[in-house]
Amino acid sequence: MNTAQEEATTLAAPKKTVSVTGSVALLEGLIAEGTDTIFGYPGGAIMPIYDALYDYKDKLKHILVRHEQGGTHAGQGYARTSGKVGVVFATSGPGATNLVTGLADAQIDSTPMVCITGQVFAHLLGTDAFQETDVINITTPVTKWNYQVTDATEIPAVLAKAFYIARSGRPGPVLIDITKNAQLQLFDFEGYTPCDHIRSYRPKPNVRKEYIEQAAELINAAKKPFILFGQGVSLGFAEKEFQAFVEKSGIPAAWTILGAGAIPTDHPLNVGMLGMHGNYGPNVQTNECDVLIAIGMRFDDRVTGRLDKYAKQAKVVHLDIDPAEIDKNVKADIPVWGDCKETLPLLTELIEPKDHTAWLAEFRAFDKVEQEQLIQHELEPQSGEMTMGEVIHQLNQLTKGEAVVVTDVGQHQMVACRYAKFNNTRSNITSGGLGTMGFGLPAAIGAKFGAPDRTVVAVIGDGGFQMTCQELGTIMQSGVDVKIMILNNRFLGMVRQWQQLFHDKRYSFVDITSPDFVKLADSYYIAGKRISEREDLNAALQEMLNHKGSFLLEVMVAQEHNVFPMVPQGMSVSEIRLK
Amino acid sequence: METNEKQEFTFTVYTENQIGLLNRIAIIFSRRKINIDSLNTSPSEIEHIHRFNIVINETEDVVSKLARQIEKQVEVLKVYYNTNDDVIWQEMALYKVPTDTVAEKVQVERLLRENGARAVVIRKDYTVFEVTGHREETDKLITVLQPYGLIEFVRSARVAIIKDSEGFNAKLREFERKEPGQEVIENEYLDKEKNVFTM
Repeated sequence: MNTAQEEATTLAAPKKTVSVTGSVALLEGLIAEGTDTIFGYPGGAIMPIYDALYDYKDKLKHILVRHEQGGTHAGQGYARTSGKVGVVFATSGPGATNLVTGLADAQIDSTPMVCITGQVFAHLLGTDAFQETDVINITTPVTKWNYQVTDATEIPAVLAKAFYIARSGRPGPVLIDITKNAQLQLFDFEGYTPCDHIRSYRPKPNVRKEYIEQAAELINAAKKPFILFGQGVSLGFAEKEFQAFVEKSGIPAAWTILGAGAIPTDHPLNVGMLGMHGNYGPNVQTNECDVLIAIGMRFDDRVTGRLDKYAKQAKVVHLDIDPAEIDKNVKADIPVWGDCKETLPLLTELIEPKDHTAWLAEFRAFDKVEQEQLIQHELEPQSGEMTMGEVIHQLNQLTKGEAVVVTDVGQHQMVACRYAKFNNTRSNITSGGLGTMGFGLPAAIGAKFGAPDRTVVAVIGDGGFQMTCQELGTIMQSGVDVKIMILNNRFLGMVRQWQQLFHDKRYSFVDITSPDFVKLADSYYIAGKRISEREDLNAALQEMLNHKGSFLLEVMVAQEHNVFPMVPQGMSVSEIRLK
Repeated sequence: METNEKQEFTFTVYTENQIGLLNRIAIIFSRRKINIDSLNTSPSEIEHIHRFNIVINETEDVVSKLARQIEKQVEVLKVYYNTNDDVIWQEMALYKVPTDTVAEKVQVERLLRENGARAVVIRKDYTVFEVTGHREETDKLITVLQPYGLIEFVRSARVAIIKDSEGFNAKLREFERKEPGQEVIENEYLDKEKNVFTM
């Protein structure tokens, strides 16, 4: 039967309805949206949904996390590696408030998620009922959209809208709060229809040909053009289009930490990382280029440093799907509104094939300086305490750039982003905008569920690990295979570094003690090892990677080691310090 | 006026009729510690579409960024912002004064007339006057009536019409005709425990 006939039949025949509960309609909707994994935690106000889930065990995998925040980060990790929408369940009250950090992280890093929270009965709203909290108003600033359902009949359409909003345009987190009566309520379910349009919502702006033409003209005339790319490339599934643009234009391209991996680390035109702890060349050259082409990035202050001294000499071409990002921090001379999957090919067509050999050589000259003065000592130190850099370097050699690297927040994060090798997109999973310590471990769990065939290595500091280490329980119970590397410097290292550099070495509450992490892992039946000698590193990494199942490797690294280069806060990117 | 100088701007925001949207829009201002001087929200002339007028005192640079943030919200249809030169606006004020003072004192009657006040309700004990105009005009009558036993005063938010708004109504009508908006769904169960579905 062809589609037209099918449609005719559906229209002619009365719609088949079946009486189901709101909870069943919700689960049917999730399956229709392609959900296979849910990260969640049950509780009183979401019990009807969990009761329905009991009968859907074969279709929906539910991962019981140990804290709802862990659920949201796992949902984020899943969304980042799989390119799908992360789904999280939590109950009302404290369950819902525990989602806030993960929602804020997903909002600032544009991660598509749908969170479902249970809520007290509709007649109890506003009465301070047990575990009642105003989750809609609490989460409004940290969601792209949210909605409270008080009647089961609303569920199919609201869920469809939620998925559409979460993944379309600039993605983001959406929360649906469902009162308990709506979860229990029987209604005539007419089937699930996905949403592909909301009249008040334009996910992407219309592409304006004139701006594409102006951008191409500027790029063709440029002597020293420079590409900055962010997560927008991978969020838009536009890696191929981006690579084609880079290669035809011959323009050096540098990445934000969330953009890493959109083209391989080893690509000849990949000139490295931008920002506060980025590479020397890209930061200095930002203030030397004549045309700056920003693609799917938002000029975060950690990328730009001091704004009034940022790329003032350059004409700026800004490609973004979110019109609110254009001119927000850096004024665009040519705003190329639109989805870069559409705009990049249009632009590529209009540009002349070029190679900017001399200009690229300038970047490589900076690389050489950085390599000699800094990187070689970080990655291949001959003596002294172990560095975080050499751990990542050895890991690269074993994984050959094929692993997904999940990081937490702090010094280890900057080191991992700088030195980890990525052959593939969707491989660098980190908390960029919000800088959420505790992100790493649960995000790694989600990342593995989102990319079950890939090796997932979580690189975490001793501080951040202790914020969400209860998720070892999730690893234990789900049997997920995550390689955990704790780079232990016995300090809250990044804060200590700032205290050393900018607060006269007044180390205020940054020395942190830790439990025996290997024993902790052992009590969760997770294998582990601790090393503190350089000669044990390679073998220990191999043991971790070859181990069947999860493994925790604790590496004791130098206590007071700083991450360089660094653009000190309030300074210009060209004032980047190598030491 | 220089664009980097603060001045009054009026936002005109067309939206869906949706619970929680007021908060979503309000926090765009409060997040940046910007005070909303005046806020009006009411149904527009087209069913299902609401219209906000929001007045703030800021630079055009800030205002244009705010407008984009507002327009980004899923249930916002369209945002405009205008300087005072670009809009016709009014605020309405009501003044309640003792009727005997008004009736007895010739001067009060003259002052009311001068200020364009119109009696809305006249009772034995009090009279309610209405003045519609700019802030200075409604303010002026407060000062005038203060010595004559002003009992109560209230002023509405600014409502503003954009001078250059050719075709707004036609476009809105066409928009709603092509794809009618949805009714807002409210909580039907407050104080109605017996109607709540349980198993």
